[in-house]
Parts: sequence; structure tokens; C-alpha cells
Amino acid sequence: MLILECPYCGVKAEETELHAGGEAHIKRFGPGSSDDDFETYLFQRENPMGVHFERWRHVNGCGKWFHAARSTTTLEVFGTYSARTFEPPQEIKDKITARLPGWSWRDLS
Amino acid sequence: MSDLATALDGASFDGLVKVEELHAQGMITLRGDFGDPGFVTAVTGVAEVSMPGQRGAIVDGRRGLLWMSPDELLLLCTYAEAPILAAKLDAALAGQHCLVANVSDARACFTLNGAYTREVLAKLAPVDMSRDSFGPGEVRRTRLAQVAAAFWLTSDDGAQIVCFRSVAEYVFNLLKAASAPGSEVDFL
Amino acid sequence: MSTRLAKAGRLIDRSKTVNFSFDGKRFTGHQGDTLASALLANNQMMVGRSFKYHRPRGIVASGAEEPNALVNLGTDTHHEPNQRATTTELFDGLTATPQNVWPSLDFDIGAVNSYASRLLTAGFYYKMFMYPRAFWKHVYEPFIRQSAGLGKAPAPETRDPDTYEHFYAFVDVLVIGGGVAGLQAAKTAGETGAKVLLIEQTPDWGGRTMVDGGEIDGMSAEDWVKATLQTLENMSNVTLRTRLMGAGVYDHGYVLGYERLTDHAPNAQGPRHRLWRIRAKQTITATGAIERPLSFAGNDVPGVMLASAVRDYAVNYGVSLGDRTVVVTNNDDAYRTAITLKKAGLDVPMIVDARDAGGGTLMDEALALGIRVETGCGIAKLHGKKRVTSVDICKQAGEGAMLWNVECDAVAMSGGWSPVVHLWSHCGGKLTWDETQAFFRPDPTRAPKGDDGNAFVQVAGSANGEMHLSNILQDAGNVGEISAKVAGATGSASAISVANVQSEAPMQPVWLMPQGARYGLRLKAWLDFQNDVKVSDVQLAAHEGYESVEHTKRYTTLGMATDQGKLSNINGLATLSNALGEDIPQVGTTTFRPPYTPISMGAIAGEARGEIFQPIRKTPMHDWHETNGAHWEPVGHWRRPYAFVKTGETVKQAVHREVLATRNSLGLLDASTLGKVIVKGPDAGKFMDMMYTNMMSNLKVGKCRYGLMCSENGFLSDDGVVARIDDDTWLCHTTTGGADRIHAHMEEWLQTEWWDWKVYTANITEQLAQVAVVGPNARKVLEKLGGMDVSKEALPFMEWRDGELAGFPVRAYRISFSGELSYEIAVPANLGRAFWDKLLEAGAEFDVTPYGTECLHIMRAEKGFIMIGDETDGTIIPQDLGLNWAISKKKEDFLGKRAQQRSHMTDPKRWKLVGLETVDGSVLPDGAYAVAEGSNANGQRNTQGRVTSTYHSPTLDKGIAMGLVLNGPDRMGEVIDFAEADGETMIKAKIVSPVFYDPEGEKQNV
Repeated sequence: MLILECPYCGVKAEETELHAGGEAHIKRFGPGSSDDDFETYLFQRENPMGVHFERWRHVNGCGKWFHAARSTTTLEVFGTYSARTFEPPQEIKDKITARLPGWSWRDLS
Repeated sequence: MSDLATALDGASFDGLVKVEELHAQGMITLRGDFGDPGFVTAVTGVAEVSMPGQRGAIVDGRRGLLWMSPDELLLLCTYAEAPILAAKLDAALAGQHCLVANVSDARACFTLNGAYTREVLAKLAPVDMSRDSFGPGEVRRTRLAQVAAAFWLTSDDGAQIVCFRSVAEYVFNLLKAASAPGSEVDFL
Repeated sequence: MSTRLAKAGRLIDRSKTVNFSFDGKRFTGHQGDTLASALLANNQMMVGRSFKYHRPRGIVASGAEEPNALVNLGTDTHHEPNQRATTTELFDGLTATPQNVWPSLDFDIGAVNSYASRLLTAGFYYKMFMYPRAFWKHVYEPFIRQSAGLGKAPAPETRDPDTYEHFYAFVDVLVIGGGVAGLQAAKTAGETGAKVLLIEQTPDWGGRTMVDGGEIDGMSAEDWVKATLQTLENMSNVTLRTRLMGAGVYDHGYVLGYERLTDHAPNAQGPRHRLWRIRAKQTITATGAIERPLSFAGNDVPGVMLASAVRDYAVNYGVSLGDRTVVVTNNDDAYRTAITLKKAGLDVPMIVDARDAGGGTLMDEALALGIRVETGCGIAKLHGKKRVTSVDICKQAGEGAMLWNVECDAVAMSGGWSPVVHLWSHCGGKLTWDETQAFFRPDPTRAPKGDDGNAFVQVAGSANGEMHLSNILQDAGNVGEISAKVAGATGSASAISVANVQSEAPMQPVWLMPQGARYGLRLKAWLDFQNDVKVSDVQLAAHEGYESVEHTKRYTTLGMATDQGKLSNINGLATLSNALGEDIPQVGTTTFRPPYTPISMGAIAGEARGEIFQPIRKTPMHDWHETNGAHWEPVGHWRRPYAFVKTGETVKQAVHREVLATRNSLGLLDASTLGKVIVKGPDAGKFMDMMYTNMMSNLKVGKCRYGLMCSENGFLSDDGVVARIDDDTWLCHTTTGGADRIHAHMEEWLQTEWWDWKVYTANITEQLAQVAVVGPNARKVLEKLGGMDVSKEALPFMEWRDGELAGFPVRAYRISFSGELSYEIAVPANLGRAFWDKLLEAGAEFDVTPYGTECLHIMRAEKGFIMIGDETDGTIIPQDLGLNWAISKKKEDFLGKRAQQRSHMTDPKRWKLVGLETVDGSVLPDGAYAVAEGSNANGQRNTQGRVTSTYHSPTLDKGIAMGLVLNGPDRMGEVIDFAEADGETMIKAKIVSPVFYDPEGEKQNV
């Protein structure tokens, strides 16, 4: 059972206090977008073996959404960070690079 | 008002700890920008307690401020004061982006008192209740078994719990079960 | 025969007699006995029958690994099957019965299977039950159901009278196993200052060493254990618990512990079991090792026992398995058993050592005691059915020709030891094959990893493959120190204890005895006692092409019984490897899964039973409903009255009465469960326009508007009335089930997409009790309460006002979900019951009728109002329901807008909402499909619509329904066929407007 530290309230919460919210950093496409863009936005998701960026909500807690960078294979957590950002902070990317040189995820590496 | 009825009408249970429903606790939800000195001044001015830090619970007599999230506080006061203080806060915060809501009726409150207070909570909440990890002055929002709740220690062997009103009976029965005689863990 | 010795028994108190019964017979034991030791003390060698062949089975082990001695424990509500006699502490009044026996333990019908054992080989079920096909359902399955299963499940109507609980514990270092390794590891870790929890599954500390002896730090092992316990008890940062088993190790340092509190003392107060939900920074598994059986013909006959267990029973309980015990071994350790028995005055006619060179100093000691030792030998065959009478000795290297027949009444066997690596493996720890000692041991380079990417499980002692006391202590001390450091402790520990032990000669792997045993012998050489899997079965599986150990396991059922192959896995694996001609590490092991031994369902459920099985949400008026005939309907976790049933009334009649009373005079609905969410801020209008399909930003203060919410996928997700409270505040009503979901939905968009918008939300659902006051007399009753002006002019339809009624502070909404003159009055929840009572009192003269959800549903259906969850099912867009009027065409964007522009969503062939009236006035079946001409590619009848809501309308006295129909709105007046559940009977229904009652809205707008 995972534990993730909520970056908003600092609690190291266990999975039963959290709600998983799927992939992070998805760009919304609304009216006026092409069918392809809209389909990608709504349905296309990464399913990596390794580094993944996810959304989680501290639902039995402060109620805030945050992002987590973790490995789907080893379950190592590289860091959690604010949901109010378009990409992971450099220090988390650096930490992943230190652990898994050559990693990539979508257009991040 | 004499017609006032809390969820369980002040039910109580004596087991490993004494469990009591609080009769009408005043509570106001406050959302705003903690980084804005105007907000902090207005809130602490009305509440008459200082601003809590992350997960802080500053309780002084009947008044208290609990840190619920980076943009949410829970103000504790008497039940009768709540609408008055809510109006005062609305006035003091006029023109600022904030939200004030009297939630005194939306919640049920319980107190726990006794040496096994920490253990009773540790049976229901996935929280490290040991002395070196959790103490008075801190509020924890988590779950008690299957429902959301928040609690803080009122002393080393006392705690106050806030949960939603509709599940008051469930939470009371949980607390009863967790403080059943003979169920001491003697770990904490 | 097995019996109680005159002396010895370090765990029993001979001054205290305990009465118990087994198989209907009364016995006595001593305090400190296990059920197994007490049965043996009473010469009850046979304790059950095997699963497949119903062969007589006796006790094989002395601990958690026991495969045979499973009993039904307790009676009536306390009955529990599959309890291991070896780990069941004896208490006064204990009642146990054997399992898998009929009609009796001694004479069992199923034992005829044994004569057919040549037919009942591996994969028998797969091969036999294939043909003829029809036999499966009528012959094979009923037969298998009758004969399958070991224990007897408790009767379904019984309720477990015991209580259970969970407990969350957080520690730096968790040490699992209270043998010398665990004690040393805990001591070292504790001395560095780490917070340590040391748990032991049995009631006693010290593990095997208490029986095997040895010298540690110049004192006897027993004294060292006592001294170390004393040291640990004095450390405030160390907690010691017995009867607490490490059941499973999970991700990120999560460990489940299973504590048995009152199993040994059923009359004690408090919970029976406690499930410890432990989060440890580091976990040390010091779980010891388990002795392996030897595979020879007849190794399952009662009287054959693991050598260590024979020793345990003698030393711990003063019980001898027999007067003449043959010891058969491939290692030195079993010599300890021979020596122990000899010293206890019992006869050991022979030690049969498979190794040509025999043993080391322990063999010398045995020889010095006058015990005959035959090396390079094995047991060819065992004689005796319900207990051993003699063994044939042969050369281990041969095929089983008898050298001697040795009379005996017990056999102590040892095939070597296997580290208990289960907990290490649960969360991904990998193993490595130790060639010298012939076992799998943890590979420290491939440990389970925690959230920080570092190993969080360490293994100490014999669980780590260290088999000698001095190495065990050193290993445990090292691991204790490393773990404490990793967990953040900074102190320094005292020196690790040092043991003085005899050297041992190397063991020699023996996977079959004798190694060339002929088929007839292999057919009787058991690997898995509990599931009746023999050497011949595994060899057959290999012969038939099974190469993967995981497949072989499932084909033969090796290791799949309740003991999960604790004794059989390695022997089975080696047998398979030999049959395949491969090395053991190439074949690999099966996966170890938690729990280590079965844990009770009660412990898993914890407190969640009876009235706290799940939360039941209650409104402030719940108690009134309860005492006034509420027939409950669960809505999420809420309980809402479906109808209020009066004496002499059916539920249906009550609903009928409620509808008519409301339409004709006055009804009351407890609407407190409806969600209420405040949306406030300078950007709240913009946000509301994104959330709802309608325009909400232009709603005037004081007014209400019905709104729809869609998911980003375009599908209708919730609906409700929105009220504009002030310039920057909106109050959103949601469905009963939607309150938390919609509040979370709003917060998700605010926090993760539009985080720069200045909007706050608050879910105030439970702050308010809300009552719908409905019917032609609704205004009259409110006027009677007195207070605010509720006239048509002061409070027009679809507006709201704050005020007072009968002295209560209220917010009154003029909204209607019934088509009647209707108000919804919100009061603070703590006043809800008083306000409800006041309304009942004032409404008496109007024959006020509280109504339930079914009445609500019927009245809304009569008006053609949709219901989320009836007309919608997650695939319905508002356009399907004729709700285009509630979808803004002016707004550039709202959640779902883009999705609703997709070709499939704009397809004119989407079924659309219509009303349906049966030609004969009957009620259409819910969910019925309208049939169309022809059939589809699967041969199914084509469809052209379906029923979404259907009721008998008391108002109109006929069946009314809503449904989605192809081109429905263009087919008004057409009669189509709906199929009954049988797919054959057709009901004719006419397509009509969904608004059956008061289409002009004259009744609600008065």
C-alpha cells in the first residue's frame, strides 16, 4: 500500500487517504479543437513501465490535488509536487535522471 | 433555541476512554489567501486567536483556529456566536476574495478523554498517534474507518473529533467499539 | 504408542489439568500444551484423513507448517474449520473434530479412493471430467462439490459472537520472529535508539534454540534468551509482543500483523483477533527455517514426523511419539533428535543416514550413546496403515531392495532445512539457490524496495540461510544495526553475542529415497500431504509436458492447500527439476503470497460488522421517519424513506395514498439529502458557466434556475436548481448521490485546470435540513406558520428569499419537482427536526402527508421531469432528453460542449426521450426494449428504444412511462411493441409527450 507525501499539508498519507486521478500534465482541448486533438486529450494515456507522472488527491485529508512522479515497476516515488504547474520541477527530473539515466516520458526526459 | 437538537443529543460512553458528543459546537469554514495580511488580520481579529501554521490547531478556551488546508481554516466558537462571527468576518473581509460559511450544524463533534485516547484513535485512523509524532497543537484530517474526520488533541489524554453530522451515529459507534473494555493495546 | 513422559516438558505446567474433547472423545492435557501435543500425549496419533485418498494422517510438524492436523474447532457460533492443532493452544473446554472423515475418523468410506490411486493421478479431474459433456453439470460437478473441501464452513445463519479490531502502528524497525536471531536483531536495533517492535507468532520466545540448546556468551541458550528478553523489556523504545504473526509484507513498508488475543483464553474480555496495520521504515524477518520431509514410500503414515518436531514434543511438552523411533536423515541436525530420545530413556533402534560418510561430532555422540547408525542408507518402504509398525531399510543409491526390516512405532525424518523466505518474497524479494545447503535463500542484491528506492526488508538468521548459532547471532546483529541506521537511528550498539556450537558435517540433498525408487514406491512417496500429491504425480506432469513450475503446481495442486506448501514446495520443485533434467534454480520457485498462514475473516473485517459494517448517513429527521413507518431505500450511504407505510397498508398502497394526498392537499418531503454547494468569488460566474450547460452567470440575485452538468465526455452527470445568492455567490443544488461527487468535480477543475481563477467552493449539504412543502395547500400552511411573505408576488416561482417562518431562520425556494405549488424550506440542520414537527402540526388541518422517494419519482414522471440515474446511465447527453433548451448556444465553452459536437453525438439516429402509454393502461416493465424489424449480426432482434422510467400513475390511474426511442419525438401517436422479459410477449405502447400532467404548468405557478 503506497504512501505519498502531500505537498500541500505535509502529511505522509497512505493510499486509503488518497484518491488516484490518472495521468498528470494533460492539456485540455475544448470547442474549436480538431477531432484528433480532442481524442488525444480525452482518451490517449501513457501506460509506461517505469517513470510515470500522476495526479492524486488527498481526499481524506486537505482535499488538494497534487502530482506524483514515481516508477510503476519499482514503486519508487521520486517526488510529489503542486498540481498547479505544467511540468514537473527540475529537481524532481534531476532526481529521476540520477536514479534512471536516460528515462523519458512523453516529451519529458 | 430550545428546539436545537444535535445529531445524537449529547450521547456518551464510558470505556477505555470517555466518549461524549459535544452539544452544539460553533464552527465556521473560512477560505482565503493566507499570504494576504489583510485576510490574516481580519480572521485573527474576529477569532481572537493567532493564525495557525501548516496543520496547526490553536485553541484557546472556546475559540480556536484549525488549519484545514493551505486555503481553508476552521474557526471554533460557541454555537450561538457562530452566525454573529460569520457576519463579522463577512464584514471584515468585504471586498476580499474569500468564503465564510457557518458549518456548525453540518458537523458532529466528539470528545475523547482518558489515557487510551491515542490508542482508540489509532484503531480507526491510519495515523501515527505516538507521542513523538503527534501532539496537542496539531490537527489531522484523515478518515476514521470509512468516513472523513478531523481530530486534534486537547491534552495529552484528550482529543476532539469533527465529522459530518449524517455519520455521527456511525462515528459514535466506532468510538464505542474502539474503546470497548478489554481492548487495550498498550502499544502507544 | 505416543504418550506423556514422566519428566520434561518445559512449556507445560503439570500441576494444571485441562479438559478437552476430540472426535467426541474426552481427553485431558496440561496447561501449556498445544492441541497437537495433548492429542499425542493421549496416543491420538491419527488426526484426520487426506484430501483426495482419505488416507489416515497424523501430526507431522510442531508449528505453523503442519499440513495434516487440521481440525474443526469449536461448536455452533464459535465453529471454525481448518485450524492447525499444532498452533492451537489448549484451553479448558476446547472441542475439536477431525476433518474430511465420513462416517468416522477410524472408518472412512472415502478411503476407497486410495485403492484407485493409480487412476487418481495428477490432472485426473481435467482428464476425467471432460466427457461426455452433459455429465459435468449433472454428475461430476455435484459429486465434486460433495467431496471437495477440507473443513466444514459455519452454518450460514450463525453470527460470530467475537469482536475484532485493527490497529495502526508506526515503527522504525519491525522485527518478525522471536527466536535468537530476532532477539539479537531487536536488541542491537534497540540499543541504537530506533523504535523497535518485535513480534513472535507463538506464545514463547527463543524459537528452536530453546529445544536445540547451545551456549551463548558463556551461558545456556535458554538463560541467554531470558537475559536478552529482560534487557529488551527494560528498553522504552522496544515493544515485545507474542501471539502476533507477521502475516504479509506489502509496498512501501506496510506489514500486516495478526494478533491472536483470546484464542487460548476464550472467556477473556476484549477482541479475539487484532490486525496490526504496521508501517515500518525497516522490516527484519527473522522467521527461521522449516524442516523438509524425506520422500520415501509410506512417508505419510501416522507415526512419521519431522525429526525436529519429534524433539519439540519431547522437550517442550514431555511427549514421546513412540517407544522405538527410527531416525532417517540426510544431515546432522536429526541426530539431535536421536540423542534427545535416547537420553529420555526411549529406544532409537537405528539412525538411517543417507550420506555415505555419515555425520560429524553429533554422530559420534550418538554412537557413544550406543545408537546404531547406518550410513548410505534410506527407507525403502514403511509398513503399517493407521500407524507405522516397521520400516524396510535399503541402500540410498539403489532401487529399494531391503537390507533389514526394523520394527518401530515412530519415524523421525529430516530432509534438510528451508529458510522461511515467505515474508521476504511477498513484496518482490528474490531468492538465490544455495548449492551446499540445498535451499533457496534471500538474495540481498534483489530486495523489496520502498518508496525511497532502497531495500526495506532485511533477513536475519536461519531465514537468511545461516544455519549455525554463531553465524545466526552475528548475522542478526549486523542486520539489526544496518536496519536501525537506515531508519535513522544514530546510537551505537553493544557487541553481538557469540555462540559456542558443535561443528556439523555437510548435508546431502535427497529428493527421493532411495534415489532409484521404482514406480510402486514413488506412488506412495508423498510430497504434499494436505493435497495428496506424490512424487509420481509431479513426474507424470513433467512427462506430460509441464515445464513451468507454476503450471505444474496448478496441474498437480502441489502446494495449493491451506499450508501453501510449506513442507512440500522444495521437494516438489526438486522432483520436477530432476524429471525435467534441469537445475533447480533454472526451474525456479512458485510465488509466495500473503498471508503466511491463514488469518481470520474477522480480523480482516475488523470493526466493520453489525451496525458499523458501513456508515449509514442519517438526516436530522431520520428518527421521525423510523418511528413513522418508513420503508427505507438506500441512496448512496443515505437511507431515505421510500414510503411511509401505515398499519394495514402495503408499500404500494402507501405510495398511492401519498401521491394523491400531495396532489390534492399537502405533502412533505425530507429533501435534506440533496447536495448544496456554495460557489463564490470574482470568477464564480465564469466558473459556473463552465460547469453547467446553461448560462448561469446572468442569473439574477434572488432567482433560481434549473441546470445541467456534463462530464468532459459530454454525458449528463448531474442536475439541480442553482440559486444566485449575491453578486459573487451561487448555491448549487445537486442530486442526493451527487453532493460529494459534484463538489469534488468542481474542486478538481479549479485546482488542476483553472487554478488562477478566483473561486472558492464549500459543500454545505449537511448544514441545512431541507423540507419540500408541496401541494395546493403549501402556501396556506406556510402562512399559518407565520413570518415571511410567501405570496406569489413576494416569492414568485423560481425565486428564493431569506426570512423567518414560525420563528425559524429559513431560506425559502419556490421550486417544484412535482408540478404542484411547492416550496423548499432550508433551516439549520440542528433545527430540522423541530421545523419538521412544526410543519406536521400546522399541516394537520390540511391532512399533511409526509411522502417518500417513490411518490417523488411518480410525481416527477407525471410531469415529464428526468431523473439522473433513470433517464441517464452515463451514455446519455442532454440532447437525447430534449433538454436543448438548457444548453446555452451563446457560450463558447462548457464542460462537455466539445464532446457533444462529435459525429456520434450529433447523429440524428440517437434515441430520444418520449412519453409512453400502454394501449391497455398497464405498466411497462422497467428497462424493456422496443423491438424493431429484423435481427442483427448475432441473430438478436433489432431494437428501436427502451423504457427508462415506468410507473402506475395514481393521478391519472394508468401506466405511464418515459423512454428513449429512435426518432421518438417525430413519431407522436405511433404504437410500438415492447418486449417482456421472456423476449416473446409484446406490449403495445403509444408514443406521447413525456409531460402527462398539467402540461401548461398552471398548478405550480400559482
